Amino acid sequence: MKKQTKPKLSERLRAWDAGSFDLTASIDPDPPVPTVEHDVRQEDLPPLVSLSERETRGFRRLYPVLAAALSAVLVAFLLSAVLALPPYGAADNPPHNEVMERYVSQGLDETGAVNTVAGVILDYRAFDTLGESHVLYTAATAVMILLLAAGGGREEPPSVRRIMEGDPILRGTARVQVPVILLFGVYVILNGHLGPGGGFAGGAILGGGLILYVIAFGFEPLERIVSGRVFRVGIASALCFYSAAKCYSFFCGANHLETIFRNGTPGAILSAGLILPLNVAVGLIVALTMYGFYSMFQRGRV
Amino acid sequence: MSFAANLPLFSVVGCLLASAVSAVLRAKPAAWVTRILAALVAAASVPVLLLGLKTGTAVTYTMGHFPAPWGNELRFGILEPLVSGIFALVLLACVVGGDRELKRDIEPAKQNLYFVMVDLVLAALLALLYTNDLFTGYVFIEICTIAACGILMIRQLGRTTLAAVRYMIFSLIGSGLFMLGIVFLYSLTGHLLMPNLKTAVAALWASGESRTPLLTAMCLITLGLCIKSGLFPFHFWMPDTYGYSTPCSAGILSGLVTKGYIFLLIKIIRCVFGVEVFYASGIQSVLYVLGVAGMVVGSISAIRVNDVFRMIAFSSAAQIGYIFMGVGLSPELGTAAALFHILTHAITKPALFLSASRLSEASGGRKRFKALQGAAHRNPTAGAAFAVGCLSMIGVPLTMGFIAKYLFAFAAFRENRLLVPTLLALAISTVLNTFYFARTLIRVYNTRGVTPVPPVRLRTQPGYAFAAILLTAENVVCGILAQPLIEMLTKGLSVL
Repeated sequence: MKKQTKPKLSERLRAWDAGSFDLTASIDPDPPVPTVEHDVRQEDLPPLVSLSERETRGFRRLYPVLAAALSAVLVAFLLSAVLALPPYGAADNPPHNEVMERYVSQGLDETGAVNTVAGVILDYRAFDTLGESHVLYTAATAVMILLLAAGGGREEPPSVRRIMEGDPILRGTARVQVPVILLFGVYVILNGHLGPGGGFAGGAILGGGLILYVIAFGFEPLERIVSGRVFRVGIASALCFYSAAKCYSFFCGANHLETIFRNGTPGAILSAGLILPLNVAVGLIVALTMYGFYSMFQRGRV
Repeated sequence: MSFAANLPLFSVVGCLLASAVSAVLRAKPAAWVTRILAALVAAASVPVLLLGLKTGTAVTYTMGHFPAPWGNELRFGILEPLVSGIFALVLLACVVGGDRELKRDIEPAKQNLYFVMVDLVLAALLALLYTNDLFTGYVFIEICTIAACGILMIRQLGRTTLAAVRYMIFSLIGSGLFMLGIVFLYSLTGHLLMPNLKTAVAALWASGESRTPLLTAMCLITLGLCIKSGLFPFHFWMPDTYGYSTPCSAGILSGLVTKGYIFLLIKIIRCVFGVEVFYASGIQSVLYVLGVAGMVVGSISAIRVNDVFRMIAFSSAAQIGYIFMGVGLSPELGTAAALFHILTHAITKPALFLSASRLSEASGGRKRFKALQGAAHRNPTAGAAFAVGCLSMIGVPLTMGFIAKYLFAFAAFRENRLLVPTLLALAISTVLNTFYFARTLIRVYNTRGVTPVPPVRLRTQPGYAFAAILLTAENVVCGILAQPLIEMLTKGLSVL
């Protein structure tokens, strides 16, 4: 019987370097056919040193112990730091300073928004929120890159189809609920500057409503309204409007010019300057992104 | 206010608009949008730089009608437009120079999405450079992280996916720690705006109260950015990330994204912690030690690998080590040297990745050293650009790499701090660098045992030729006429 030679230390190190505990091998036994002609050649990949189960036993036993120990040290370190922070909610905490003071006392006058939170995120600190909505857009594009299937997507898995075709309770409930959910989403978006709500919350409600609808009735009926093209153009134009409008307002603010937007009467639906249109744009982005995620995961296209 | 002061805002918003528009365009127009955008951003940074040089102070630009700390704010002097201009030029070179590989590596239906992501990376980098608010920095770090993952995983090979997952985990840990650090700082001081934070941190440090949470916040922010920029021992995501992504992505990630985080760290050290506090905290010593360790370990790993892309990737780990060594060395000359090396590496590494890709293409798509024998004769342009890049990384005079190493040594001498270890580290690292870069150079220029084939002509690869000439020219010009650049960096550092 031939004795199996143990890999040398240098080979093991190289295997470690090359990340050769190749996880993808065990996840995907039948890898998809590469659509790219010019593929990486096998011999150009670093050699895989196959370590037997016995040989990695030490590593596999030691690793959780070391990881737990490291985490415990970090937790202790961070907790001790947290304990030394000013007590939560105390009246004289550092964050209770002139920044918060002005938001609370003058927010209504300066932004026209009854909802101070909307005033802060869409007027005082609008640049941060411009970034945040682009975070969503970046994530949506990343999901598209990952899941957009070649050749125009695929049908939904049969298990999902069975549920939606044969379930009267789901369809009946959805028929009653979806219009109410969508209407409530629109209300939350449009009411964002007057009360709790806004584009992020209302958009999530709208997106949830759309997802419930396609679970119950399939993608086909909705496709007549929200097709792939509408999805892309909708998100792109909402983002463009957001960026352009805010750029105009930043430019005017920095150069001490008056903008064409007026604060109006606080409490009226058409008030608070740019906040209402921006809420609509954000709501559109969030709703389409959520629906797009679901569609991408379900069938590889929007 | 001078009109030039509006240009940073227009650059950032222009990138965001371009990314949104590219989503509905086809691949070819989207590519042109990105190219024109990068060129415009580079051009727009010139008046801003001239403004900074003329006034010699930093401009504070209110984003909207509310002054900071209530609203958001940009702040830029000399460094920010200088770095952003060079970053935009390098991005342009990557996108143009890697055009053929992009078509090869990415499915046709997704090619426009690639340019969406590149526009977003540029927007995020610009915002990281220009911001004067820690939280805005965090928001654009998020965009940068996700977009970087996007341009990485768009090449869907098994190994690239694995690399993207690893990169994402490292990068998210880094973002999370950074965020925690901001939370600590906010609870302690109640501010997010950099100048206010600096005053509050200095007062808190002088009073000696809450020392533990303050140090924790500083550690968390520094650690988060170190992980994201790949400082030793957090560089394990690098070889796979750069080795298996499309060369354009490898260039953007290694040359720009990691550098954006380091620039932000330098800005935070100056404008949030304050130099006195940071250099009294002891964190800089840790950065110095890890930097030196990275210089040596990265180079040794680069010697051991057998694949030209992975070699360049490990060399990146070593170069990041240089930068952090400079930051740890001293706040003035050391950090100025680190800034110079940021630019050196941003210009050299993409050139190396793009050239290595063309050399490997001329060798039948193989990346092993053996297959690259004589590759420089099969594609002379790529060979020449590769040679200049290698010489710059070794630190041969007339290139930026030489000036960078000279500045590190000069900083150690002038400030008479850590003289022996710095010189020793530079010497050892240079020897190791020479070992693997010279070995590769000899390999690609040696024709022994290779049947000659007609060389690839310049005009059959216009995009790559443009990128190679642009990057090589920047490298050599900045390497010969380094004095004005160094003066701008030192002056910029003082008004940061």
